[in-house]
Amino acid sequence: MREKILTFIEKNSRIDIKELAIVLGVDEASVLNELAQMEKEHIICGYHTLIDWDKAGIEKVTALIEVRVTPQRGMGFDKVAERIYNYPEVNSVYLISGGFDFMVTIEGKTLREVSQFVSDKLSPLDSVLSTKTNFILKKYKDHGTVMTEQPKDERIEM
Amino acid sequence: MRDPLNKTITTIQPSGIRKFFDVVHEMEGAISLGVGEPDFDTPWHIRDEGIYSLEKGRTHYTSNAGLKELKIEIDRFLTRHYGISYDYNHEIMVTVGGSEAIDAAMRAMLDPGDEVLIPQPSYVSYVPCAALAGGTPVIIELKAENEFRLTAEELLAAITPKTKLLVLPFPNNPTGAIMEKSDLEKIAEVVKEHDLFVLSDEIYSELTYLEHHVSIASLPGMWERTIVINGFSKSHAMTGWRLGYACGPRVIIEQMLKIHQYAIMCAPSTSQFAGVEALRNGDEDVAAMREEYNGRRRYLLHRFEEMGLSCFEPFGAFYMFPCIKEFGMTSDEFANELLKAQKLAVVPGTAFGDCGEGFVRISYAYSLESLKTAMDRLEAFVTELRSGK
Repeated sequence: MREKILTFIEKNSRIDIKELAIVLGVDEASVLNELAQMEKEHIICGYHTLIDWDKAGIEKVTALIEVRVTPQRGMGFDKVAERIYNYPEVNSVYLISGGFDFMVTIEGKTLREVSQFVSDKLSPLDSVLSTKTNFILKKYKDHGTVMTEQPKDERIEM
Repeated sequence: MRDPLNKTITTIQPSGIRKFFDVVHEMEGAISLGVGEPDFDTPWHIRDEGIYSLEKGRTHYTSNAGLKELKIEIDRFLTRHYGISYDYNHEIMVTVGGSEAIDAAMRAMLDPGDEVLIPQPSYVSYVPCAALAGGTPVIIELKAENEFRLTAEELLAAITPKTKLLVLPFPNNPTGAIMEKSDLEKIAEVVKEHDLFVLSDEIYSELTYLEHHVSIASLPGMWERTIVINGFSKSHAMTGWRLGYACGPRVIIEQMLKIHQYAIMCAPSTSQFAGVEALRNGDEDVAAMREEYNGRRRYLLHRFEEMGLSCFEPFGAFYMFPCIKEFGMTSDEFANELLKAQKLAVVPGTAFGDCGEGFVRISYAYSLESLKTAMDRLEAFVTELRSGK
């Protein structure tokens, strides 16, 4: 049941619990239980909102930063990652296979704000060897959702 | 001037719901639950394969019966899902949707005077196709108390010495009824005893919510008496590609193929290439869509229960067929009033045969969001009717 609940609320976290129970064909109490349990276990880490900031007319700059680091003795990459993800400006940190180590996403109000973070905070970290900042120019699709106009239902009753 | 027309065609009514829905589309803010096709777009990897075939210049005819790779995949699919197998060389024919297969089967099998048993409520094309093929359609009226399944008794009562073919439209449009194995076994006995053939329209076979669909062709002694019709429209959300198929004994398929050959040539090549991909790598898409439909089905059942609208639990397709007899209106009146009062459009049960009177078809090939709004409107409508306004 967990997988079914998660699959559903990943796409629509605002669904009424009663309705979710009906759709899944289980009783409401057990959905509530599972949700509470998964929140406690931090399987569900939040109920965020996917926003098209462009459309809202609010300027945001997002950068994907490739970071190469030296892992620390005894702690591997985790300690370094912690140093990076503790900055509130940082949206996400992934350990990556391939040519670099971390993919860090940062959101800021302006290009300057983001580059300042990179040059003032990220790069000076002891274990950081190099960074490469890629600014996002346009978001076409985010979290499985295409950020363009939804097509109209053009089906015909036959 | 002489009458330019064929006598039979002039007696056939055009499909009835067109006018009603033209009004719906003109109406600001109206919601329709009338559509009979998936709301999902064709999964991208299938579309992509169609596009790729165009890029490669595979824009020519295929052989009449269809691409060999596709026919092989069809056989594999049917074996994997329903345990029935066909020789791709002689026993499978790819058609322009399931509809063409229905027409070709009737024309290949019927002589003037042959009676075709057609259970109703059902899809609108069986009666006209039977008539155009020179056969005599004989209606079997299915009953709500049997959950709109066909019983052996009903079948027996309709059989005459002229009966040749039984149309078996399950999972059913518009009722959502299915036939389970035990139901089919009883039908199969009667069919064999009276030396009938079966045209089994299984276009909704992948959309069942109780257990896996059973094809009557998989029952002992039935393979050789059955033309199985299926396709990609409902299972893989590929209605616009117009891709279906017929499978059956070589003696019948061979003749159907002649009709197809002279009238159609071959199913669209692009669609056939996409169809190969659908069958090779599409099972997971189908499962995901089925799961989605099932949730909506449960939701509608729940809402009907809440508003006290009587409806048997349908286990197939994507339709509900609630009973509206308590309101003392015909299905047509109910649909018209509902549209007027709440801007909600449903299809009157009578569009699928006279015995659909007292019922309406509600399609759940719509997002849960739309269904919610629609059910709120339906609830407001029935509450108002009951309060005697």
